Parts: sequence; C-alpha cells; structure tokens
Amino acid sequence: MTLLVQYTLIFASVLILVALGGCFAEHSGVINLGLEGTMLVGAMGGALTMRYLTDKLPTFALILLVILISMAAGALYCSLLAVASINLKADQTIVGTALNMLGIAGVTVVVKAINTAANPDDVSSVINYGAAREKFLVKLGDFEFSWFMLVTLILLVAAYVILYKTRFGLRMMACGEHPQAAASVGINVFKMRWAGVLISGAYGGLGGIVFIMAGASEWRFEYGVAGFGFLSLAVMIFGQWKPQRIALAGLLFGLFRALSNVYSSFDFLAKMDIPSPVYNMLPYIISLIVLAFTSKSSQAPKAEGIPYDKGMR
Amino acid sequence: MSTPSPYAIEMLHITKRFPGIIANDDVTLQLKQGEIHALLGENGAGKSTLMSVLFGLYQPEEGEIYVKGKKVEINDPNVANELGIGMVHQHFKLVECFTVLDNIILGVETTKGGFLQKDEARKKVMALSEKYGLRVDPDAKIQDITVGMQQRTEILKMLYRDNEILIFDEPTAVLTPQEIEELMQIMKNLAAEGKSILFISHKLAEIMAVADRCSVLRKGKYIGTVETKNTTMEELSAMMVGRNVNFHVEKGEAKVGKPVLEVRNMSVASKVHKNNAVKNVSLTVHAGEIVCIAGIDGNGQTEFVYGLTGLEPLVSGSVKMLGEDITKAKIRERSLKGMSHIPEDRHKHGLVLDYSLEDNLVLQRYFEPEFTNKAGFLRRDNIRKYAEKLIAEYDIRSGQGPVTKARAMSGGNQQKAIIAREIDKGPELLVAVQPTRGLDVGAIEGVHKSLISQRDAGKAVLLVSLELDEVMDVPDRILVMYEGEIVGELDPKKTTQEELGLYMAGAKRDEVKA
Ligand SMILES: Nc1ncnc2c1ncn2[C@@H]1O[C@H](COP(=O)(O)OP(=O)(O)OP(=O)(O)O)[C@@H](O)[C@H]1O
Ligand SMILES: [Mg+2]
Repeated sequence: MTLLVQYTLIFASVLILVALGGCFAEHSGVINLGLEGTMLVGAMGGALTMRYLTDKLPTFALILLVILISMAAGALYCSLLAVASINLKADQTIVGTALNMLGIAGVTVVVKAINTAANPDDVSSVINYGAAREKFLVKLGDFEFSWFMLVTLILLVAAYVILYKTRFGLRMMACGEHPQAAASVGINVFKMRWAGVLISGAYGGLGGIVFIMAGASEWRFEYGVAGFGFLSLAVMIFGQWKPQRIALAGLLFGLFRALSNVYSSFDFLAKMDIPSPVYNMLPYIISLIVLAFTSKSSQAPKAEGIPYDKGMR
Repeated sequence: MSTPSPYAIEMLHITKRFPGIIANDDVTLQLKQGEIHALLGENGAGKSTLMSVLFGLYQPEEGEIYVKGKKVEINDPNVANELGIGMVHQHFKLVECFTVLDNIILGVETTKGGFLQKDEARKKVMALSEKYGLRVDPDAKIQDITVGMQQRTEILKMLYRDNEILIFDEPTAVLTPQEIEELMQIMKNLAAEGKSILFISHKLAEIMAVADRCSVLRKGKYIGTVETKNTTMEELSAMMVGRNVNFHVEKGEAKVGKPVLEVRNMSVASKVHKNNAVKNVSLTVHAGEIVCIAGIDGNGQTEFVYGLTGLEPLVSGSVKMLGEDITKAKIRERSLKGMSHIPEDRHKHGLVLDYSLEDNLVLQRYFEPEFTNKAGFLRRDNIRKYAEKLIAEYDIRSGQGPVTKARAMSGGNQQKAIIAREIDKGPELLVAVQPTRGLDVGAIEGVHKSLISQRDAGKAVLLVSLELDEVMDVPDRILVMYEGEIVGELDPKKTTQEELGLYMAGAKRDEVKA
C-alpha cells in the first residue's frame, strides 16, 4: 500500500509538472505538442549534471542544480518552438511534432557521443545516476519521500498564484484568449507568448528528470519517455487548463500508472492474474476514455494554436 | 508658444493602403475639444481603418497626426493610451472568460510586488459606473452578459484610463432602442464634461440627435465636414453615397398565395435559463408576403430562428414547408427544399472568415454540377465567374475581389456577401434576421428592395427585426414576440410605432391564431 502511494505521488508529480507546462503555453496561446521531446532534453540535462557533479557538490546544492539545469534545458529547447511558432508563425502542431522527433534523436546522439568519447567501447545511450538518486530520497519508514514531490507541490501552488493572482498571469491569459484585445490595451503579445512557452519548457524539462528518476537508476535515452508528454496533455485537458484540477487529474492518472508497478503486491489483484501489459496500458486507455467524454465541454484558451496577427479583426 | 489648439485631434492627409485597396486616401479629420463629432460613410468607406490608425493599430503610409496641437507618432495602442485616446471597437475587444472587472483593469492593473490589487480598482469602477449611469456587474463574466453591458464595460475601460478622447466605432449597431437612448445620454454627459468624442454610425437620426459636426467619407476619400444643425438627413446621405437616397420603402399591394411555411406549437429550449425560450409559437407565412417578427432583443427571436432553420432541435411542435414536414430535416435538406437564411451573427453562422469571398459565396452550392465536376473536383473557373457575377450585382466591395479573405472585408460588405448568396439561391422562403444590421443607408435601401422583389416574385419572406422603422416600412404583416410568445398581430398600415411599442414591452397582448 505504501508503495502504491509512493509511486502514485511520484508519477503524479511528473504528470502535474508537464501538464502545467502545457497549461502555461496554451494560456499564452501556443500549443506545445513538443512536451515529449522537451521532457527528454530536460532529463538529459539533469542526468548529465548528476553524472559529472554528484561527488563534487553537497546534497542540497546538487538537488538544486539538477532541478535548475533540467528546467533551463527544457526552456532552451522550447525556445525553438517559440521562434518558429511566435516569430515565424509556423504551424504549431507541426513544430511540436518535429520537436518530439528531434528530441529523441538529438538526445540519443549526444549521449552516445559523450559515452563513446569517455570509453570507445561504450556505444550505448545510457546515463547512470544511481548514486545521485539516493540523495533525492528520504526514507520515512517504508515510504520513500522524494524531494521532487515537494518541489512539484511548490511549483503547483506557484502556477496557481502566477495565473490567477498576478498581473503577469492576467496578461498572459488574455493573450491566449483574445490577443487582439490584449494588444489593444497595450500588452505585448509576442513577449507574453514567449514567456508562456519558456515557462512551459522549464516545467516540462523538470518533469522529464523526475520521470526518469521515478523508478530507475539509469536511463537509456533512445527509449524516450513512454508517451508521458502526451499523457500530460490528457491530464491538462481533463484538468480543464486549471492548476487545481490538473493536480487532481494528475493524481488519478498517476494512480493508474503506479498500479502497473505494484499490482503484484496486492493479493486480490495478483490473484486475478491479469497480464502485466494490461496494467501498463491502463493510463493510456483511461486517457482515451476520459478525453472522449470530457473534451466536448472543453475550456481551452480560445486563441490557442493561432499565430497572432495584428491586423486580424 | 502660441495659443492652445482648439482641436483635440487633427489627422491631416492620412493615407492607408491595404492589398488592392486604398482604405484612406488623403483623409483629413479635425476633432474640436469637447465636441461630439460623427463620422459617416458607406460600408467599406474606411471609417474603422481611420480610427484604427488614430488608435495605433495601423500605421498610415502618409499623413500627420496632432494631439492638442502637438505632432505625435502613434505606432502602438500604448501610445494612444498615454495620449488619452480610448476606443470602443466595432467588434468588442473583451476577453470572454474574464470578469468585467478584469477586462477593465487589463493593461493598467494596480499591483503590489507583481500581485494584483483589485479592491481599489473595484472602488474606482463602481464610482465611475455610478457617476455616468453605466450599470455593470463587476464580477460577471463577459460571456454571460448582454451586448449592452459588454459595451458599457468597454466604455468603463476608457473612463478607467482617464481617457479624454473617446472613439466609438458603430456603438449603436448592436443595441436595443432603449440602450441607444441611454448611450446617447451618456455621450452627451461625457461631452459636457469636456471629453471629445468621435462617433461612427450609419443611423442618420442618431447623428442628427447627438453630434455637433459630421465628417463624411466616400470610398476612402474625404468629402467634407458639416455642422449638424445646418444640415438635413437627406443632405448627409447624398454626401455619403453621391446620390439621393429614398428613405421611404416603395412597394405595391401584396399578392398573397398559398402557405409556404407553417409552424405549429413550436417550443425551443433556452441556453441561458431553464425555461423554454420559445413557447408554443404557431405562425404561417404565405407566398408573396413579408411577415416580420418584431420585438425587443432577447425575447426568443434568436431561438425561434434556430429552431426554424435546424440549428437547434425543437422541444415540441412541427415545421412544415410547402406542405412537407421538415421538423427533423437536416440543414442541407432545408436549404435544398428552398429555405434561405440570413443569420443574425454573420461571423458565427454566416461566413467562414478565413475562406475567400468566392468560396463563401458557393458555401451552399459547391456540390452542384455547376461547381463540382463528376470526378468530385471543384470547378474553380465557374466558381470565379459566379462570384464575379454576384459581386457586381450586389455591389460587394473588397480589396481583391473574389479572392479577398472574408475576414479582411468591412462589416457591411460581409453582410452584403451573405445576402447575395442567400437570395441568389432562388429560395421559396427567405428567413432574414436583422439583414440590415451594420449597413449604410444606401445598402439598406438595396436590401429592402431585394426583400420586396422576392415577395413580388411570389416567394415567402420572414423578416426578424429590432429596428422600428424597418418593422413599420417593409413587411405586410407584423407579429410581435414577447417572452417567447407571439402576443400580437398588427397591420403596418394601420398601426403606429406607439402601439407597436406597447406590444413589444408586454403592456398589451391579444390571442393570435396562426
Ligand atoms: N486588415 C485588413 N486587411 C485588408 N483589407 C482591409 C483590412 N481592414 C480593412 N480592409 C479594407 O479596407 C476597406 C475599409 O474598411 P473599413 O473596415 O475601414 O470600412 P468601414 O468604413 O468601417 O465599413 P463598415 O461600415 O462596413 O464597418 C475595406 O474595403 C476593407 O476590405
Ligand atoms: Mg467599420
């Protein structure tokens, strides 16, 4: 049972972070379909940091640095989306898809190159961070608390406060709903959208490192992130683009994902003798069902996906 | 320096080009301090464009702007704002899912360390609302409030910014007569306080009532400025269209034929509240007559038309056209049976804004052999020819002709395109909902003529209108709708505007048989 809670919380953290990332971009008016790639790039940033700096830094500094570098890597990667879709007015769906393909390929190439440079016989795309991973965990009895859970909670509250309590949030959401209206009161739509996309990248990148560290002590980057970027979009839609609801949706989806890790420790589930791939499929199947029923009453930002054109009426 | 300029705004020799069209061609406009100045011109004459230039949304290619005697460059709405210029746009610029208060403060929020401080803002908004009689609910969301309240929100937005120069782009086109009265009073109050107002309208009576002076544009060119007290409506409209406009609708006797549309006991659900918006309505429209549904906006006319045209399902009742039951027919089937619909909301139901004009003109006919060959490909050449024919016939003006994006057309010309498409289809029944909204007097005359020629050709016309003059002049029969019911049938030749008003306000009602 403790294990179930633990896995639920850690997977929920991933989904919530990445969904909030999607949410920031969309509230500013840009659809970020490239979250899958963004996660991977963020994860690589964090993993490399751990590979080189684990012994050299005190625990707190290491944790902070891993978090910051993952976020920075994600944000940097998403600036590609920003340039293409905001400044060059490219189709956001296509750019997002391209970012996903580029993400997995690019990261694999980089990690392989680094590995081969260190050891000519090593052509794998694996980074090991087992030693560092321990430092992120605190044992509370059976329960392994991860500092990422706390960080997620803080960033969740931050997202709520930023969106609904600050001038920045009000202006950004105006750009996602009606950019012409925002521009007519002197808001710089381009700047706000850039901000939305960069924040989106930061949240997505952090989600990436949390994801690969959720249950493994090394990661083979050519495997990608198992569709968690897209799952997070489902969480975002189910959460109706609102941080509070995204948190709940993330917990729900996280629970289903966690089941596949721990179902065998529940006697009644183990007895049912359902093959494990069925559990693995659960979150994805649930997301299809949920979206089929909820996307109709969608409260998506009205102007998302449409490049801003000043003269449009 | 010299004496202060008597002008709040001077726009001198402004030229603004769009692809294929000169929207403003050497236009000069001078707005005196504290006056209400009307801007008049046909659809597409360039009024909105000129105002957008003043507001910093477009940059003119040529010309100069002076504010209070000082030369300025307005290249951004921020600059306009700093100069004290505020604007209510023809299509409102409000964020639908925000509250009234959030929309008002957007862009000029009071903050403490980045956090919003709304209490003070709320006090200021309520004080302004009180002072000018601009009733709003600061916590209601824009999507839930009436157009009238949305407009008051827009006005409060300008006042909240302490703007001294106020631009109103067709503020009255979407208001009910009562709301128009209120707005005119508010404008007079504002002017009396020393604010300078620029006001665009197609309604000459309004201009005569509130404006001190009026400038006229025609096809992008400046025609002249007159004092309203020294002019007449006839003179203004002649300046505007370059010919005399006949305000009175000429028509002969109706030759009423067999019933074309028979609606029995129709009820339609409301989207806003739980009750039915249309309650048990029955009516008949015959060939060769124009029947008008009159009433104050929001009394179920919209829902009635949705039910009739198939946009919404009926709760109960039946619709028959030419004797055939079409209660459950699809929209395409209704269209093929000969129903045409000029919708109330031209952006939502009338046009695909990002399609070209020619594609919009064949929206209901593209599948006909004339426009699609046997292999299923569009016959572009025929579509082009057809579009060009309609453009010429209905005088649809646009920058690039058939290939202009509908979005880039002026509001009035978008409306003309829909009317052309719906009438040219050769319908048995024409359902026209506020067909003249946003049109200039010349175009209104044209639309009324087309409605009457439909009637004279033996077709049935169902007109839904909020405009009293139109209700009195155009139809052969008036049905008044109040709170979802037909409460009176009047003969326009025998009734008066006062009597009509009593029915519309619910003060009088009769039993009406279909
Ligand atoms: N953004 C744009 N791109 C291209 N053409 C435009 C654009 N805005 C306006 N036009 C064209 O400029 C002309 C003037 O348009 P404008 O909206 O100023 O007319 P208007 O006088 O306000 O008309 P209405 O009474 O119908 O609102 C029209 O022919 C229109 O098609
Ligand atoms: Mg206009």
